[in-house]
Amino acid sequence: MARKDVLGRTGEQLAVDHLTALGFAILDRNWRCSLGEIDIVAREAGTTVVVEVKTRGGVGYGHPFDAITPVKLARLRRLAAAWCAEHGPVDDLRIDAVAIVANRDGVVVEHVRQVA
Amino acid sequence: MAVARTRAVALTGVDGALVEIEADLANGLPAFTIIGLPDAALGEAKDRVRAAAANSGVDLPSRKVTVNLSPASLPKHGSGFDVGIAVAALATTGMLDLDRVADTVHLGELSLDGRLRPVAGVLPAVLAARRSGARLVVVPWGNRDEAELVPGIRVEGAATLRDVLALHGAELDPPAEPVEPIASPPLTDEAPTAGDLSDVIGHPEAIEALQVAAVGGHHLMMLGPPGAGKTLLASRLAGLLPDLGPDAAIEVSSVRSLAGLGVGSRLITRPPFEAPHHSATMASLVGGGSGLIRPGAVSRAAHGVLFLDEAPEFSGAVLDALRQPLETGEITIHRARTVARFPARFQLVLAANPCPCGQAGTGDAECTCTPNTRRRYLARLSGPLLDRVDLRLTVRRVSAVQLTGEAEGALTSAQARDRVVAARERTRARWGDEGWMLNAHVPGTPLRGPKWRLAPGDRALLDRALERGAITMRGYDRVLRVAWSIADLEGDDRPRAEHVGRALFLRKGI
Repeated sequence: MARKDVLGRTGEQLAVDHLTALGFAILDRNWRCSLGEIDIVAREAGTTVVVEVKTRGGVGYGHPFDAITPVKLARLRRLAAAWCAEHGPVDDLRIDAVAIVANRDGVVVEHVRQVA
Repeated sequence: MAVARTRAVALTGVDGALVEIEADLANGLPAFTIIGLPDAALGEAKDRVRAAAANSGVDLPSRKVTVNLSPASLPKHGSGFDVGIAVAALATTGMLDLDRVADTVHLGELSLDGRLRPVAGVLPAVLAARRSGARLVVVPWGNRDEAELVPGIRVEGAATLRDVLALHGAELDPPAEPVEPIASPPLTDEAPTAGDLSDVIGHPEAIEALQVAAVGGHHLMMLGPPGAGKTLLASRLAGLLPDLGPDAAIEVSSVRSLAGLGVGSRLITRPPFEAPHHSATMASLVGGGSGLIRPGAVSRAAHGVLFLDEAPEFSGAVLDALRQPLETGEITIHRARTVARFPARFQLVLAANPCPCGQAGTGDAECTCTPNTRRRYLARLSGPLLDRVDLRLTVRRVSAVQLTGEAEGALTSAQARDRVVAARERTRARWGDEGWMLNAHVPGTPLRGPKWRLAPGDRALLDRALERGAITMRGYDRVLRVAWSIADLEGDDRPRAEHVGRALFLRKGI
C-alpha cells in the first residue's frame, strides 16, 4: 500500500475509535457502490450518520475540511441515498465529517456534525 | 458559538454612518461568507482577508465564519472594510479583547501580505466616527496624518494586520523581519499656484471687478474676444480669496480625500480652483457614478472658484445643473438606493467669446457671424443661470499703449488679498451677527429694509433703472449687494451713489 493509503486507513480507524467513544454504533465501513465509497456509516440516538473521514499529514496544503467541496458533499448525499436504498429506509439521516491531522506533534481529531 | 463585533464607516458623499461588523464562528465545513449588501470590491474582501491573515501568521478558523455588515440595508462600497472584517473574524477565536475590539473603528484595505493599504475618504470617515461617539479609530499607517487632523478622537496608525491584532491584546511572535509600511500615494499639488495678479497687463476695471467678486462672493462672467486675457484673469481670482476658515478647510479637505487626491498632514487652507474642460459631463461636474458616488468639479471647487472657460460650449443641460448648487450651496445626488450630499458653495466664473468667430465688437477685425448665429451662441447660457451672475464684464484686447505704459506699480495678488480680507472683515462686522458672512448671501428684504436702506439720493440711479424696466426686482437686490461689496472694498460705511452706479454698470456691462 502507498503511504497515503496507509495514512487514510489509520485515519479511518482513529475516526471509528472517536465515534465509538462518543457512543455511535458503527453499522458499516468502506461501503462501496458504483457511485463511490462511504467511509463509515454509524447510528447515534436513532439517527443514521454517514461519516466522511479526511486525514492529512499536515496542514501545509490546507485543512482536511477544505477538501470537502460542494461537489464532494453532493456525492455524499447521493451515496447516502444509495446506502438507504440497499439497507432499507431510515427515520433520520445526516452527514458528518471527521478531520484528522496527524503530524510529528501528535494527532488532532475534529468532528463536525450535519455538514449537509 | 462565538460572536465578535467591531465597527467601520460607510460613506455616502461627505456623510458617513457607523457600520457594525459582526462575525460568527459556527461549527461546519470551512466557509467565509460576507453578507449585508457588499459591492464587488467588498465581496472580494474574503480572499484578501484570508490571505492577509495567513501571511500574518494567524490563520482564520477552519470553520464556518459568517460576517455581517449591519445595518444590512445601507450599501457599502470598496475595500475600506477589510481590516474590520479581518479583526472581527479573528476575534471570534478568542485571541483578542472582545470589548476593546467592539469599541474600535477600523478603516483600511488589506494587502495579501498582511500590510494595511491607505484608502480614500479617511478624513470624512474619521469625522463621522467621532460624530457617532467613537473614541478610537485604527487607520492604515499611510492615512495616519490625515486621520490625526480630526481632534477629539484617538487615532492609531497600523502598518500591518499584526499591529492591529497586537493593539487588541493578541500575543504574537515578533515578526521575522521589520515590515515597511505602505505609504500613501504622493500628494498631487494643492491648487497649483496660478501666477500673480501683477502678471495682468491693463484691464484695470476687470481687476477691480475681480476684487469686488472676491469680497462679496459674487459670481462673475467675462465676455471678450479671444486673446483678451479672460482665462488669465479668472485664474487669478482664487489667489485673491482669503484663507479658508476651520470649517471650510475641513470641508475642502474632506472632498479632496473622497476624490482620492490625498490630504497630507495639514488641512487645506487655500481655496481650490477648478477649471473643467467644456466637454465635461453631468456626472463629472456635479458628481455621480454608479455604486460609489464621487464628488464632481462643483464639490472640488467648494469654497473656491469654479471656472468655466468657453462657457457656451458646455452642454446646456450640464450648465443648468449648476443652478441648484448655486442656490443652496450643496449638491445632493440621488440614486435608487442612496442619497449623497456634497458641499458645493463655489464661486462661479464664466468666460465666453461674444460670438463663434470671437470678433464681434472688438473693432480690430470684422465679425463674420450672422446676427442669428451670434444671438444663438450666447443664448446657450440660459437666462436662469445668467440671472445668478452678479458681475458681467466685457474684457477688451490690450492695446499697445497699455503694454508699454503701466507695467510698474501693478497690484500684486498679496496686496489685493489684503484689501479683500479687510473688506470681508467689514462685511462680517456688519452682518456676521445675522449669520451672513458674504454680501452675496444677504437676503433682499433686509437690504431694502429700514436699517440698511440707502438714502434716496444714493439709490436714485437704481430706482430709475427699475422704473424704466431695465432691471428686475431680483436684479435690484443683486446690484445692491454688489454696491455693498464695492463700498466694503473702498472702506466706506455705506454705498454712495457712485458705488451704486458702478454696481449697476458691472451688472449691465454686457
